[in-house]
Amino acid sequence: MAVDYAVLKKGGFMRQKQKNHFSLRLSVVGGQVTAEQLVAITEVAKKFGRGYIHLTSRQGIEIPFIRLEDIDSVKAALAEGGVSPGVCGPRVRTITACQGAAVCPNGCIETEELARELNDRYFGQELPHKFKFGVTGCQNNCLKAEENDLGIKGGVRVSWKADKCFACGLCAKLCREGAVSIHDGKVAIDSGKCNYCGRCAFGCPADAYETAPGYLLSFGGLFGNRIQKGSPIVPFVEDKEKLFAICDAALQFFRENANPSERFRSTIERVGKEKLDEAVWKAYNGETK
Amino acid sequence: MAYIKADERLDITDVVCPVTFVKTKVALEEMEEGQILQVHLNDGEPVQNVPRSVKDEGHRILKLEENDDGTYELFIRKVGE
Repeated sequence: MAVDYAVLKKGGFMRQKQKNHFSLRLSVVGGQVTAEQLVAITEVAKKFGRGYIHLTSRQGIEIPFIRLEDIDSVKAALAEGGVSPGVCGPRVRTITACQGAAVCPNGCIETEELARELNDRYFGQELPHKFKFGVTGCQNNCLKAEENDLGIKGGVRVSWKADKCFACGLCAKLCREGAVSIHDGKVAIDSGKCNYCGRCAFGCPADAYETAPGYLLSFGGLFGNRIQKGSPIVPFVEDKEKLFAICDAALQFFRENANPSERFRSTIERVGKEKLDEAVWKAYNGETK
Repeated sequence: MAYIKADERLDITDVVCPVTFVKTKVALEEMEEGQILQVHLNDGEPVQNVPRSVKDEGHRILKLEENDDGTYELFIRKVGE
């Protein structure tokens, strides 16, 4: 029987150099793997692989040296442990994320929750070429948002509460952008300079800041054969539904404009960035469809 | 804000991070709930990090004052045992 490698690849089985062996890519969302899943993965790697796993550059797990004839048994064994295969090829890939506000003191947004939501909406969706989402919780950018086709970076919009402030001046010191100034005991924030990092608010000893979480988006990052930093189009997005509308618009632009096997960045350059800008701004302004 | 009377005083201008915070934490541990600790600290990393770390531990920062020589006085009310 002929082996359909494209179908296997779509199902996460990556053909190895070694004849009839595959490195099986697993589905991991936001870099989270449960202890139960690890047990199942361990057992499969021991029984069907060579007793080890490979950690990919995008928070994935692969089990190398799975034999062609074992593929169905491997899938069944993994499914029992709540593990499913990942994807390769021209589709939406693993959604990567840092630990975010749930765990990290610097986190501005709930990255895990967002990664799951993005995964439910987009993971595996068929496209002209691969498409990568990355979610990072703050300006420290541990997850390297701009190297993704669509990068999402958490931030907070801050507002100063005069009644709680004792004018210590720490927020102005903490700000790396020179956006906070204090005159006669009153704090002023220059919104043109603010990068939404939240250092002023998180460091405030008086809790004299209120924060509203949101997202900074970058489009068209590449970090392979060609290296390009994704760039922003719209300002800080505070509404999650708006974020999804923008993601929908970007994917739709890619689907409608890309040649087969053309990365998002190349499509943007070929058809003109203003075309993507227009689509993204429409979504930002709630004018889609 | 009115004058704050401290129960204990601590000088951390002779150490660097993270010892600055460690000394502050140890001083607070030896105090009673509700007592006030006055910490004398340097500009730069100490003033950028110590108040936040103290706040994250659950204590209440009452005041942060800048001295004429660029050092700071941080007033902390101990919260919890």
